Amino acid sequence: MAKDLSVRIGSLELPNPLIAASGCFGYGLEYDEIVDLSALGGVCVKGLFMTEREGHPPPRIVETPAGMINAIGLQGIGVHRFVKEKLPLLRERGARVFVNVCGTTVDEYVEVSKVLSQAEGVSALELNISCPNIKEGGIQFGCSLVGTGAVVSAVRKATHLPVIPKLTPNVTDVPSFARAAEDAGADAVSLVNTFLAMAIDVETRRPTITNVLGGLSGPAIRPIAVRMVWECAQEVKIPIIGMGGITNARDTLEFMLAGATAVQIGTANFADPFVWSKVLAGLEDYLERHRIDRLSDLIGAFDPTPPKAVHA
Amino acid sequence: MPPIDVDATVIANRRLSRDYNVLTLSAAEVGARTRAGQFVMVRPAGMTETLLRRPFSIFEVVRDGHGTPTAITILNKRAGRTTNRLYEAEPGEHIACLGPLGRPFTPVAAPTEAVMVAGGVGLAPFATLAEALAGAGTPSTLFYGARSGQELFHLDFFERLGVTLVLATEDGSRGERGRVTQPLDRALAARTRGSTMIYACGPEPMLAAVAEVAGRHGQPCEVSVERTMGCGLGGCYSCVIKVKHGAEPAHFVRSCISGPVFDGAEIVWD
Repeated sequence: MAKDLSVRIGSLELPNPLIAASGCFGYGLEYDEIVDLSALGGVCVKGLFMTEREGHPPPRIVETPAGMINAIGLQGIGVHRFVKEKLPLLRERGARVFVNVCGTTVDEYVEVSKVLSQAEGVSALELNISCPNIKEGGIQFGCSLVGTGAVVSAVRKATHLPVIPKLTPNVTDVPSFARAAEDAGADAVSLVNTFLAMAIDVETRRPTITNVLGGLSGPAIRPIAVRMVWECAQEVKIPIIGMGGITNARDTLEFMLAGATAVQIGTANFADPFVWSKVLAGLEDYLERHRIDRLSDLIGAFDPTPPKAVHA
Repeated sequence: MPPIDVDATVIANRRLSRDYNVLTLSAAEVGARTRAGQFVMVRPAGMTETLLRRPFSIFEVVRDGHGTPTAITILNKRAGRTTNRLYEAEPGEHIACLGPLGRPFTPVAAPTEAVMVAGGVGLAPFATLAEALAGAGTPSTLFYGARSGQELFHLDFFERLGVTLVLATEDGSRGERGRVTQPLDRALAARTRGSTMIYACGPEPMLAAVAEVAGRHGQPCEVSVERTMGCGLGGCYSCVIKVKHGAEPAHFVRSCISGPVFDGAEIVWD
């Protein structure tokens, strides 16, 4: 019997929990030739401001153990060009489009959200209040409970679309930010964005990337991200979209058991753009082996009973 | 045709020097789609310390007696973890191989002449380009520079295709001592008629110099660049390079999908 992989995020029903993570999948259309965009739970496109942005000078990435540090600097085409040039094609492909909304001020988040709300074919707004790589806006809101609440409630008033702030792990207590987002009217929360990080080239004694600091992603951060999802799941009732180093079905299930309703895959897509169908097959296989019909039954199904001590 | 991901097997590993080797990979399907200047993203199976694939020009498309592709090769130079691993690779090992990717060279036909300029491992895209040019009957010359004569590879391959060779080495052990752009500049100055298309691949300072020389002599120039790349498909925005197209302001474009081959006159060099 075919397994039911669908999940719900507020009013949004996704055929499966796999969403392409913002900043890791271009505007989706880059992958059109090799990935069936309609077969993904959703496609979260690269962050958009009102206007185009150049981003940081390269080099922008460096590989680190089980991960990578990036400081792209939110290079992007701006919301108007996105709506005109990309959105119609994404709609044609049947993609469920999540747009990562950026701003340097609360007003800019609201303006970008309004443009997207008037366009046809956007499924949800993910509010980027957590990018570690830009100087103004973004993470400044995401590192303050008041700022988080201000952005979320302002956008909430300006759109009918689901509002999903993306939280930073670069704070002491992520659950309090999830709580602030929920209180301000968020429909869900995405977590986590990258961990602020740094790598030095010891031969030259210089930075490995131009921006010096960047965001760490990949399997290196996964156990911390799982912990944060689990903590937030106990703090809020709204759905959580979990992410951080997911590479396969096992990792996806780990986040879902911790309380994530859906997940995003980012860095793993760079190494293997065919990861999506492999993860879906792995989820089907797990449900088969565990005789479970609906994947959504596993959301938050983590059993905290201590593991058995293993004797040699 | 869309790129494909092949779980390729290492058929052979020919070590050319202490730093360079040529790996033959059983990626016939990639070879069948390859146009000169395109690349593959590779990752050895079992690489645990790094996650990302690495870009490599498709060096050769290996064919059987009927001309059917049976494999591809890549020219590798040890520089980091993945390239060290690829240098040590043994036949039978598996290497994921995604491609072909990127914008290829534009091969020209006679009476336009072709000039290829290679620096070090920048030789990589020119074996397939030389074959395409020879197939079209385009007269071609390869200006090839390296650190020393021991690092000039594959010369007989180009000679067999009828390519004129002009060599330069930093230590003067073979060909002219110094930069390969010196003989290039003289050759372009000595031209009397017709047009020449210049193709270049190598370190960026060399590419900038070639673009300058080409511009000074009023000849078109295509350069193949290498920037730190994350995905090869346009997803990550890591491999950007600044270009200026016509009257538009200069802006960053992704070298994986807008390149790796660019009009040399449009690049804003660092």
